[in-house]
Amino acid sequence: MPTELTRMTAADLSAALAAGEVSSAEVTRAHLERIAAVDDRVHAFLHVAADSAMAQAAKVDERRGQGEPLGPLAGVPVAVKDVFTTTGLPTTCGSRILEGWHPPYDATITRRLKQAGAIIVGKTNMDEFAMGSSTENSAFGPSRNPWDLDKVPGGSSGGSAAAVAAYEAPLAIGTDTGGSIRQPAAVCGIVGTKPTYGGNSRYGVVAFASSLDTPGPLGRTVLDAALLHEAISGHDPCDSTSIDAPVPPVVAAARDADVSGMRIGVVAELSGDGYQPGVLSRFAEAVELLESLGAKITEVSCPHFRYALPAYYLIAPSECSSNLARFDAMRYGLRIGDDGTRDAEEVMALTREAGFGAEVKRRIILGTYALSSGYYDAYYGKAQQVRTLIIRDFDAAFGQVDVLVSPATPTTAFSIGERADDPMAMYLADLCTIPSDLAGNAAISVPCGLAPENGLPVGLQVMAPVLADDRLYRVAAAAEAAFTGRWGHPLLAEAKGLEGRRP
Amino acid sequence: MTTSTDTLVPFGEAVERYEPVIGLETHVELGTRTKMFCGCITTFGAEPNSQVCPVCLGLPGSLPVVNRMAIEYTIRIGLALNCTIATWCRFARKNYFYPDMPKNFQISQYDEPLCTDGWLDVPVGDQITRVGIERVHLEEDTGKSLHVGGVTGRIHGAEYSLVDYNRAGIPLVEIVTKPVAGTGADAPVVARAYVTELRDLVRALGVSDVRMEEGSLRSDVNVSLAPRGASQWGKRTETKNVNSLRSVQRAVEFEIERQAAVLDAGRRVIQETRHFHEDTGTTTSGRSKEEAQDYRYFPEPDLVPVAPPAEWVAQIRAALPEAPSKVRARLQAEWNVSDLEMDAILNAGALDLVAGTVAAGASPADARKWWLGELSRQAHDTGRELAALAITPAQVARVAALVSAGTLNDTLAREVIDGVLAGEGSPDAIVEARGLSVVSDEGALTAAVDQAIADNPDVAAKVRDGKVAAAGPLVGAVMKATDRKADAARVRQLILDRLSR
Repeated sequence: MPTELTRMTAADLSAALAAGEVSSAEVTRAHLERIAAVDDRVHAFLHVAADSAMAQAAKVDERRGQGEPLGPLAGVPVAVKDVFTTTGLPTTCGSRILEGWHPPYDATITRRLKQAGAIIVGKTNMDEFAMGSSTENSAFGPSRNPWDLDKVPGGSSGGSAAAVAAYEAPLAIGTDTGGSIRQPAAVCGIVGTKPTYGGNSRYGVVAFASSLDTPGPLGRTVLDAALLHEAISGHDPCDSTSIDAPVPPVVAAARDADVSGMRIGVVAELSGDGYQPGVLSRFAEAVELLESLGAKITEVSCPHFRYALPAYYLIAPSECSSNLARFDAMRYGLRIGDDGTRDAEEVMALTREAGFGAEVKRRIILGTYALSSGYYDAYYGKAQQVRTLIIRDFDAAFGQVDVLVSPATPTTAFSIGERADDPMAMYLADLCTIPSDLAGNAAISVPCGLAPENGLPVGLQVMAPVLADDRLYRVAAAAEAAFTGRWGHPLLAEAKGLEGRRP
Repeated sequence: MTTSTDTLVPFGEAVERYEPVIGLETHVELGTRTKMFCGCITTFGAEPNSQVCPVCLGLPGSLPVVNRMAIEYTIRIGLALNCTIATWCRFARKNYFYPDMPKNFQISQYDEPLCTDGWLDVPVGDQITRVGIERVHLEEDTGKSLHVGGVTGRIHGAEYSLVDYNRAGIPLVEIVTKPVAGTGADAPVVARAYVTELRDLVRALGVSDVRMEEGSLRSDVNVSLAPRGASQWGKRTETKNVNSLRSVQRAVEFEIERQAAVLDAGRRVIQETRHFHEDTGTTTSGRSKEEAQDYRYFPEPDLVPVAPPAEWVAQIRAALPEAPSKVRARLQAEWNVSDLEMDAILNAGALDLVAGTVAAGASPADARKWWLGELSRQAHDTGRELAALAITPAQVARVAALVSAGTLNDTLAREVIDGVLAGEGSPDAIVEARGLSVVSDEGALTAAVDQAIADNPDVAAKVRDGKVAAAGPLVGAVMKATDRKADAARVRQLILDRLSR
């Protein structure tokens, strides 16, 4: 029974819980046991919340027993990226500088999860302050890909993706700034959504790049991701950039899963040189599949997407250089050198030197430079202009088609250590995902098969206009159903990394 | 404490040879109930760090939300200063590290201020000087540091530092003038008059209590000198946080005297920040602008642009109170008082009180008499502001009305005022409770008059002989007999009537 429970989708768990076939305590315990059994190898979690999860589960069971009407996620375990503030649990952002910090308040999304009765089983590993594409930048060691423990699970929400792919939780929350949900979802063979910017509250999400950071769901199925998406979305008066509009009907779209008559554009610029052959062949298959389901396929050009990566690496570091200035040892977190001989400014400098990792420092320096007087126009200003051009590319494309598709990543999961000393190679992992972050529209990654050359999963990215998140789920669910039918099982059933078959 | 080693040129000589240009940057803490970007209350003087939350402490993950009232207050100030109100503008981050800055950046405005390009007419003597306003923008205040130990009270060398974040996030408006040239020897007076006028304006707008002693209005004073007839202005210094009207004037004076000496010696004035010292009236060098920080301003991505709709701005404009200078001119005309009398009212801080008393029905003369007479004495004796006395303009008007109606005489009226100030209730209640109304019972008065005449036959005889002025002792006797509760004028009339028969 416990193994079975961890293999169930969130939707099925929800139904079983509602029908009284299983208790949340049983479901939660099964997942905690799974974590205990495999997480020493996966290292998806930075903090496992065994006690509070069991207490939450008991409470949900009690409420259900009293006949209280509960939402679809009541009693269902969820893993939360360690970038969301959580009362009662530490929040480190994968950084030494926040080691041991217990926030005094819940992020809006944390609060919504608790209100929905979801069981927070723990906080997941991540690249330090969400800067990275492999979780290797975590100060607490990398997470590993459940398909192959020598491979990275992607990043920065690599812990969240690995936890879901390793059946440690049916659902997880991540954040996507340059691809940090979709890229790990793609390389771990699961579903991950970057909702429309402003669709999900950032209140309590420790900021990396404020104009880009977007919280979103990860799950093993499109419907599961939609259920979590719906539970956490909606206007939040505590976030000025939160959109005051109804949440797009993502769950209904995931159930509908019909693409007949939809106009789907293939982005010409997101293919070719630098893309792994197996990624391109699986992507081509996915496009053919969608066409066979009744979608109309056209090729669309987005000429400015080639400037997205450089623009991103000016905007995101600029914002991060300012956002991370607050980590100064004065009010919380690490404090170094406070021995009575040094003044506050020296303690600040020593703490930041010791508390931040190399990639975070690199981006703070990049951003500080890009914002400097005399350089602002040439770097940050120019990057913002590129951002406008990318938005116009999307606008023009969505004038012709309902959604755009591309590979989610140029390559499948790479080996741990492979790109650690080559930041440019690492940055390329987000080549396909960055445009939607810069434009603020919605995008999803859904598994579309295994690359023949290495047997690792490939993700299909679907991009939709702002606040048309439901289209993502419609297309992804249709592809998922057709693929699963063709394969005879969910793709993840082929993941053998945790069964001792290491290459 | 602070000694200045600067050589100075006497002020008169300095302004003979050099033309000063001044500029003022004034920070006003807005009197909103809550902070700029969170819901924390803003009461002054609360227990340190008791009015804080994740937002104003800058805790990781927290986000700012703009206080609409602060925007309205700033627009109010901008409109009163004849500024253009932006139809669309953004907040910007000003990045620098300091322990009392919760986020190590300050949310401010940079190249898109909410209000631009206005002016303020400032009375200097019997002239009006128009001071141009460059911009009015909105930002958040920082926390307050207390560096303990060390010699300077600065962060360097301190034994330890304490920070109070109650002030962090309080909305702060910065009002920047255009350079003010051509005022010559009047420059220090103009600077002082500008800050005075601005303070009165801001107070009249009801957007701040502008208490300089609590730091809710503080000015930075810019001064430069150029030789008379020069085509270019000189290098300026910026003297920080000059916290009283008198200090504004002194800081300008000192900088003129100091810079003149520097220029006389053939040296260059260094463009720098300077600190003003209240005790000596001098300024000393702070950090030089050459090594100034690069604030790396960029648009605040956590906030959406501010776009005040034209209808809203029009509503705010329509609800603006009259400018203080106009109020003064209008009231002086309405009350028909001389310049000297008006100055007395203004110096006593009694303008609003007198106006309120007149509005409640008193004559301007009565209102002035009570506020500048008895009540000013009471305020002086108790060491308080006139406005802080526990009596309202309406109550003063009522006392005046009771005197006019003959219910009270001045002596009794003072007793009523004592009662009000002692919290015994309304003037009418005190008249009732203390039994203070004048004796108006004709029978009782007539009896007292007859008795007085009988007791003072010599005086009565003189009055009968036509020496009306001799009636004083008789009036005094009646007042004494009635326990001073009679209307003296009425008593006098009764006596004269009696003795004329």
